[in-house]
Amino acid sequence: MVENIVIVGGGIAGMEAARQLLKLGYSPILIEKSGTLGGHVAKWNCLFPDLTPARDIVDSLVSDMSGVNVFLNTEIASINRLRGSYNIMLTNGISVITRIILFTTGFSLFDASKKEEYGYGVYNQVITNGDLEQWFNNGNDPRVDDNVRSAVGFVHCVGSRDEKARNPQCSKVCCITAVKQAIEMKQKFPDIAVYCFYMDLRMFGKKYEDFYISAQKDYGVRFIRGRVSEVAENIEGKVIVKAEDTLAGKPVKVTLDLLVLMAGMVCNPDCSKIANMVSAPLDSDGFFKSRDNVANVISSSKDGIFYAGACTGPKTVPETLAEARSAALEIHNYISAI
Amino acid sequence: MMDFGFRISPSSAVNMDDVDFELFERLCEIEPDARKCMACGSCSATCPASAFSGMSLRKVLHCLQRGKEKEAVRMLRNCMLCGKCTMVCPRGINTRHLILSICKIYKED
Amino acid sequence: MIYQGKKKIWADYQKEIPDDHWFYVRSCIRQNFFPGSEFMFLEICKNVLGKDFFETEHHTTCGGIAYHCDTIPQETVMTIVARQFALMTEAGYENYVASCITSFGNYLEILQTWEEFPELETKIRELLWKSCRREFKKPKYIAHASDLIFKYRNEIAEKARFRLVNRKTGEPLKVVEHIGCHYAKMFPSKGVGGAEYPYVLCGMIESWGGNVIDYPERRHCCGYGFRQYHVKANRGYSLSNTYKKFESMEPYHPDMIITNCPGCPYFLDRWQYVISEMEGKTYGENGYGIPVFTYEEVAGLVLGYDPWDLGLQLHQVAVEPLLDKIGIEYSPEEKYKGLDKKDILRPELPGILKCC
Repeated sequence: MVENIVIVGGGIAGMEAARQLLKLGYSPILIEKSGTLGGHVAKWNCLFPDLTPARDIVDSLVSDMSGVNVFLNTEIASINRLRGSYNIMLTNGISVITRIILFTTGFSLFDASKKEEYGYGVYNQVITNGDLEQWFNNGNDPRVDDNVRSAVGFVHCVGSRDEKARNPQCSKVCCITAVKQAIEMKQKFPDIAVYCFYMDLRMFGKKYEDFYISAQKDYGVRFIRGRVSEVAENIEGKVIVKAEDTLAGKPVKVTLDLLVLMAGMVCNPDCSKIANMVSAPLDSDGFFKSRDNVANVISSSKDGIFYAGACTGPKTVPETLAEARSAALEIHNYISAI
Repeated sequence: MMDFGFRISPSSAVNMDDVDFELFERLCEIEPDARKCMACGSCSATCPASAFSGMSLRKVLHCLQRGKEKEAVRMLRNCMLCGKCTMVCPRGINTRHLILSICKIYKED
Repeated sequence: MIYQGKKKIWADYQKEIPDDHWFYVRSCIRQNFFPGSEFMFLEICKNVLGKDFFETEHHTTCGGIAYHCDTIPQETVMTIVARQFALMTEAGYENYVASCITSFGNYLEILQTWEEFPELETKIRELLWKSCRREFKKPKYIAHASDLIFKYRNEIAEKARFRLVNRKTGEPLKVVEHIGCHYAKMFPSKGVGGAEYPYVLCGMIESWGGNVIDYPERRHCCGYGFRQYHVKANRGYSLSNTYKKFESMEPYHPDMIITNCPGCPYFLDRWQYVISEMEGKTYGENGYGIPVFTYEEVAGLVLGYDPWDLGLQLHQVAVEPLLDKIGIEYSPEEKYKGLDKKDILRPELPGILKCC
């Protein structure tokens, strides 16, 4: 088969779709703007709920990329519609004519410094979920190494469910990620107190609730229902966190060595740029708009444009992989019907 | 001290730094399920003492983790050990056993 | 603390402040509390820097205190403010600068309300015409007087005789800055540096040689809170908020506090006396309090004005230990002599809080 299929985004969605399309006999072209494959997952350490090493998932995908034309450090310069095809100009000078584009552009991690009251970028003791995963990976971050002595806190919903931050959506994975990271911190520092400040705990996935119960029962993680409203630094260089303990209806404060902000998933700014190039619609949350949010999440209303993974909204890793496989099959069916 | 007709008001804020978890940890050693409460309120909703006396097992467990032991023990005095809370607890906490253990560990002089 | 992080936020909240030609309105209470402050503002702007600042004896209160105490309806406060704008329009000015933080917040709040409810603006224009036959244009720029001193801070530093430095040790003074709630909390984009990490006073302290202290309750209200103070049954809440701030700043041993609001310096100053009488506690060195200043008073001090001409003898907490630290000369005998050199009587000394 000579059908060109262009996949935009070399995260797990793009790689999984490419792998499936290879198996179906196609030779897809995978475009990745950064210098490495794996996207956000490659920066993560372990995945909930079984603490699977993220590296294993990424490595297995990367090892299957040998029949795929991968262009790293490459972005889309422009896309022109040519009758039934798209003419894609890449920033590396190559142009591709294709009838099918699969967008796997993923999400962006919310810029936690936008929530000024939490002091990310102002206080040394405030980091994000992403920073903590990097520390799990490299074990080299003075904000963690030099500070953690007796108490660590996690703030759920940072930039998620936040209309003021223009992200009313729930990022879906932060509750369970906070529980996971809280447990991991307890494993590394058994004697510290770990607090989670949450509004709701959205434990929707397989084994998530078990994970939460384990955090409570086996690790003694202290869950406080209330959103952190203010973070300040004290003279000892610790952070004082204020929230309302909404279960008691009383203000609560606690002094912490380290505060981890669960930055949410927001739409990748590339979404709107690319959507413009192919006149694909965006949804009200800024992510790509699916043909149908129930029956047809992976198709766009534009002919030949498909989506997989978090480019249509926050997704977990298994959901992303499932969507990528489903998109590969959908593309196969689409080509067969042409 | 001079009387100005007003005073510094006590703060209702809970400072977690000042909460001593020693007794609660001891409780959890014999009642690991004490930590499993997810504050759903089923126990308090069906408690025959709750509407009249303010007894709430949910609040008792919460108070124990916020340094308000006295308040917790005061509430527990109204418990009649009828067992209704055990019937409704979705986390399967043996509330009767838990209540008796709390009484044992936090017994007042 | 990552200073660069704060700078990044400050850069996001740059406020356009025209350099010259301002219509100035005073505060209701500052002339009694801190009588030298507004005089000093005009002295610096007009005489030291040669700017055009106009004020009229016809302006009144902005109604802010009554509004926040819930004693007058919103239409009334809006009509009062409309009249102030009319005075500005009649005087031929477009830039409006308020001495008071609550006024500043009040003006911004009213303009925003008119934006959201245009029918209310029409109604207020009618009410103003019916009541005093005046018409107004809305100001092009509204600033708080501290925005201007912030803008001129480096010019003031160039002309300064003193710096906020301990003369003996050469160390910068440890300065607490306190921003009035109505400065930026309602409209963060209208404040220099925003609402979480306001820069307006930090900028002055930095230019004049001091070190800013960032303590945990920095953002907390001074305690005044209008209804929390004016209703005696609530007065304990007012005091408690102030107490909370002092307890929080105590470990940093601040040399001084600078504020930009009429109420804040008053309550931060006077409640130190009340706390000392109630709790037996003082926060300064050797039984003294922590002196509290308006930014104009501090500008006046660094420019070398006589402390007693600045009205510093009206502070509850003695300022002399700080003057000594900076090396500002003053005459103890002249402290309670008025401008006409007549005796203005000495206050009774408190029992616990040490005063000069």
